[in-house]
Amino acid sequence: MDQSKIRNFCIVAHIDHGKSTLADRMIEKTGVLTLREMQNQVLDNMDIERERGITIKSQAVRMIYKAKDGQEYTFNMIDTPGHVDFGYEVSRSLAACDGAILVVDATQGVEAQTLANVYMALDHDLDVFPVINKIDLPSAMPQEAKDEIEDVIGLEAQDAPLISAKNGIGIEDVLEAVVHKIPAPTGDASAPLKALIFDSIYDSYRGVIVFVRIRDGAVKKGMKVKFMATGAEAEVVEVGYFAPGSFIPSDELTAGDVGYFTASIKNIQDTRVGDTVTDSARPCAEALPGYKKVMPMVYCGLYPADSAHYSDLRDALEKLQLNDASLFYEPETSQALGFGFRAGFLGLLHLEVVQERLEREYDLNLVTTAPSVVYKVHKTDGEVFDLTNPTNLPDPSEIDYMEEPIVNGEIMVTTDYVGAIMQLCQERRGKYLSTDYIEQTRAILKYELPLNEIIYDFFDALKSRSRGYASFDYELKGYEKSDLVKLDILINREEVDALSFIVHKDGAYERGRKMCEKLKEEIPRHLFEIPIQASVGGKVIARETVKAYRKDVLAKCYGGDITRKKKLLEKQKEGKKKMRQIGNVEVPQSAFLSVLKLDNTD
Amino acid sequence: MAKELSLYVHIPFCVRKCLYCDFLSFYADKSVQERYFEALAKEIRISADSLKDHRVISIFFGGGTPSFPESKDVCRLLNTIGDNFDVDADAEISIEVNPASAMKEKLSDFRRAGFNRLSIGAQSLNDEELKALGRAHDSAMFYHTFESAREVGFNNINVDIMSALPGQSLDSYLDTVGRVIGLHPEHVSAYSLILEEGTPFYDMELDLPDEELDRRMYHETGRMLKEAGYHRYEISNYSGQGYECRHNKVYWRRGDYLGLGLGAASLVDNIRWSNTRDLKAYEEFFRGVPGGDGSFDLKDIRQDVEELDVKSQMEEFMFLGLRLTKGVSKRLFFRNFGRDMEEVYKDVIQRYIDLELLEWTDYSGEDGGEYLRLTEKGLDVSNTVMADFLLD
Repeated sequence: MDQSKIRNFCIVAHIDHGKSTLADRMIEKTGVLTLREMQNQVLDNMDIERERGITIKSQAVRMIYKAKDGQEYTFNMIDTPGHVDFGYEVSRSLAACDGAILVVDATQGVEAQTLANVYMALDHDLDVFPVINKIDLPSAMPQEAKDEIEDVIGLEAQDAPLISAKNGIGIEDVLEAVVHKIPAPTGDASAPLKALIFDSIYDSYRGVIVFVRIRDGAVKKGMKVKFMATGAEAEVVEVGYFAPGSFIPSDELTAGDVGYFTASIKNIQDTRVGDTVTDSARPCAEALPGYKKVMPMVYCGLYPADSAHYSDLRDALEKLQLNDASLFYEPETSQALGFGFRAGFLGLLHLEVVQERLEREYDLNLVTTAPSVVYKVHKTDGEVFDLTNPTNLPDPSEIDYMEEPIVNGEIMVTTDYVGAIMQLCQERRGKYLSTDYIEQTRAILKYELPLNEIIYDFFDALKSRSRGYASFDYELKGYEKSDLVKLDILINREEVDALSFIVHKDGAYERGRKMCEKLKEEIPRHLFEIPIQASVGGKVIARETVKAYRKDVLAKCYGGDITRKKKLLEKQKEGKKKMRQIGNVEVPQSAFLSVLKLDNTD
Repeated sequence: MAKELSLYVHIPFCVRKCLYCDFLSFYADKSVQERYFEALAKEIRISADSLKDHRVISIFFGGGTPSFPESKDVCRLLNTIGDNFDVDADAEISIEVNPASAMKEKLSDFRRAGFNRLSIGAQSLNDEELKALGRAHDSAMFYHTFESAREVGFNNINVDIMSALPGQSLDSYLDTVGRVIGLHPEHVSAYSLILEEGTPFYDMELDLPDEELDRRMYHETGRMLKEAGYHRYEISNYSGQGYECRHNKVYWRRGDYLGLGLGAASLVDNIRWSNTRDLKAYEEFFRGVPGGDGSFDLKDIRQDVEELDVKSQMEEFMFLGLRLTKGVSKRLFFRNFGRDMEEVYKDVIQRYIDLELLEWTDYSGEDGGEYLRLTEKGLDVSNTVMADFLLD
């Protein structure tokens, strides 16, 4: 294909600024699908995304656009996630593009997330042009938004298309701007194949489906390709393009194209996102730079609710990692929960999304343990190691000192809530740095915060204390020495390793007390009394008791209506199944996560 | 030998609905009642055709309030049953009555028609408690009903009482128990109040006894009745020697029973179903035109039809049988299912024996052998135990 007629781009935006809606409209206008075929949000085809209204997995779609110059252009639009936790995914999507559309909400202006994404796009040498969305809303201030884009980001914005993605206003302008403002690819079609893997998914019939951006050369059916990082080789079975929600096979993909290929690849590990694919017979000289490896920030244990499903969980994680390269995991065991995995995530939202995907897409019933950050433990014998599981903390006598990760946090908030948010940051051991006023009603608060103070319920607390008006972004600053202790929870006098966690010494009592209270609410009454205790270094610092129940009997069964009684018993039994047996105590799986949400304004 | 069968006949009418009641019952005037009885008589005749190989060992007229309609209508139904089914000469034939409507003449009619067991819904002998329940009778009416029943020749009488009522104290409850015992009924059913969704009680703010008091009431009931010569044979049922309710036990032992009338539940040859709960649909069905062969297809008013597989049968055998204090027979389990009870329920049985909620007992006699039963402690939390007898 003529590269000058190809445009590879993505859309970047702050969450809720209308990225997915714009994508849908563009797909409509380019006529890849009829209106009737359009689902509400074509690109977000995962259930979770639909429900939360966010885009998690990057996906690509190809459109054919007949421009005003009479020429037909091929657009490859690559969807990117908007949340800070998915910065890594954004980065891999960007690497497959040549330009980006920046969507800015005319009622909100530039947000923290907007900046982060734009800078990331500019880092990848992409040409970025802005569009102003939601201009039909009464509170829209398009001129202010344009000025802000120029002032804050430094992008030319005066001729930015003014659109309403929701109502289909100005979409033509955006399509034209793509033609004129996004550069065409400049690969060498005659050079050896050099293609970047930017995503992949597993299909039980076709094996791994590899998503690629062709830099140089071409890939076609029957060709033998090589994955440069792993050295694996495979024969291409099918190549093609992306349509919304489906694949369109074609003869070949050439330099500048974005598409997929399959090669009966069963071993998921062979195809790493970020790797370069080349021609086995005529390999390229060197691989593309790929992506920098992202270090997980948050770890937690993932266990099957029913230990018989361990291998199902392993398979699911393997497949999930295929298109979520930032997911890390390794096997571990817990006394309370049996065989499972320690998994690493980019943040708490990432953790929750993975958990939900495992449960929904792979139909797994999971128990998740308290998330932990990575601590650096300096032992008295000079050894230093990274602690990802609180259970592995050595005896205090062997520890010289510990360090915890600190982040630079930026909270954008309307001025009304500055006080409330400052108080929250203080409670979370935050170190105040500065307040910058962007405009009269909005400020950016800068804080240094220990990561372990924000991984549990910080986002929830932030939202509830600012009535949803605050947004938060952070980046790792480094490690600092800190006075940390391990807090253990005992249920019916048995230590539950899955509930242990590291906490700052000053917060141990408060946290222990709240955890006991929360567990008391979560653990149903049993046939016997259950003490719940929190302890530090073997010393109990808080206690609650779940009283025994005295009565569970159906006095009357009427007129031989047995079905009703059976339903009652089934419900009771079903309830028990959702429990995790710890000693003699049945603990609901929700208890393991609920103890993490302890913000006291609830 | 003909197979044993029990019959349940549902009379859904009441003078008014009690505040705690979630049974299928409502007020209806005479014309509605008559149409219903006509349909019910038809159902009796049609059902009997397919059950010719059965003999009826017990009949139970429940409600609603079977004593609310005119006695001749109710007695006629019993006659219809007698004309169409093979009823044992010594069959147990019970009828539920409410003291507010069980006048002596009615009771006499019932006795002469063939009813030989009476179940009186006393619930409480404390007038304030009765009022709070929304009952239509007071304690004086109950005494009157009881005396009348004896006078017309009922020598097998059950009295229903309820515990854990709103505002009820232990003393006031035990006073009711004591006074009931003083009348020497052959059988006592003592239930603790259950708040059912959809009843007025469910949405009211009630001063209900807590679990501790509820259990004390239950334990005291057992103790007082035991001293008076009654034994508990089912979680909520007590009787003198030889007066256990045969019909009631059919439910727990999974005998065959056919439910007749609106909403009535059946178990025949390991198939369970319930009749429609829609009065209009029920009546119209029997007013309708029969099929080509001149018969009605009863399937059209039967709902929730469930053919029980072996797994369900085993589950039911256990969780229903355990309601009886005698327990479930190991031998019978093997005879029914060809598998050892302890093999099927190994872990569950051991766990609850360890927790002292279940125990093994040896009985002598015809139905003897090893039985698994709930302990006294186990009775209090029987649902917990029973739920674990459901198989995965």
